[in-house]
Amino acid sequence: MGLLTNLRDSISRAAATLFSEDEQKRIGIYGPPNAGKTTLANRIARDWTEHGDAIGPESHIPHETRRARRKENVEIERDGKTVSIDIVDTPGVTTKVDYTEFLEHDMEEDDAVRRSREATEGVAEAMHWLREDVDGVIYVLDSTTDPFTQVNTMLIGIIESQDLPVLILANKIDKEESSVQRIRNAFPQHETIPLSALEGDNMDEVYDKIAEYFG
Amino acid sequence: MPEAKHPDDEDGVQIDLVSAERLADKATMEKVRTILDGVREGNIVILEEGLTPDEESRLIEVTMTEISPDEFNGIEIETYPQSGGDDGGFLGRLMGSDSDKKLTVIGPANQIETLHKDETLISALVSRE
Repeated sequence: MGLLTNLRDSISRAAATLFSEDEQKRIGIYGPPNAGKTTLANRIARDWTEHGDAIGPESHIPHETRRARRKENVEIERDGKTVSIDIVDTPGVTTKVDYTEFLEHDMEEDDAVRRSREATEGVAEAMHWLREDVDGVIYVLDSTTDPFTQVNTMLIGIIESQDLPVLILANKIDKEESSVQRIRNAFPQHETIPLSALEGDNMDEVYDKIAEYFG
Repeated sequence: MPEAKHPDDEDGVQIDLVSAERLADKATMEKVRTILDGVREGNIVILEEGLTPDEESRLIEVTMTEISPDEFNGIEIETYPQSGGDDGGFLGRLMGSDSDKKLTVIGPANQIETLHKDETLISALVSRE
């Protein structure tokens, strides 16, 4: 009896392995703090999930997202086909966190210290996800700021070193000071798609590319 | 740097220039420790050959776990950017290119500020806190 049970379990495991390529792909949304990652994640969730629930709260204060959050079974329909992915919204990556910067946003010191501690844990968590648990990356940049930062260079290098497919999004094109070309110049080895996650501008092209890169 | 004489009573900033040879046989976490121990003492650490992407990933992760309010705010790190992306990336690694080994400057975030950076120059302002 035990032998038969073991045999059945082995067959189940082998079948699971055999069909593992049908497993949901996990696409991590990465980028520096305040690039609009959660705004994008929420827009994707609202556009393509049944209840349209938000993935997380959006804020202009850096490090609003301090835990990686996954939205499962996001089904994006393109050209009659459905691409099913899990979206992982990650905390903005940085090499430094100074709690006194949060005090400038009218935050009490205790709250600022707690936020900075959670932010550091969140960044470490995001790096861990990137090394171990994502199958592709949407890299979000604020097109109103200089993309030639060390964090961006390092993260794109880390993503490339793992041979993960990466789609670069130049966000906030609704703002006057936006420059998509500056981002294209910074990372000419990758395709850059402009958008405004907040206003929903150019989302059709974004979904086309998500289906193309991660489908 | 264990052999270095630490300038406790002096008013300067210690700069450690670490040769590629010194790090060559170290494991990833030993490299990360070498860098962070130096930076946490207030030193500027300059690596002759920089880190691999995986080592950079670990350096960010360990740095985050060590940040503590009013004590350590993290690191500032600079390397020369890849020129046009045509000499790095997957193809470069496939061809065994060493082009990603670039001089890297790392210091405490509250003591080092990058003034200018381009493909051939990193200019930084270092203060004694």
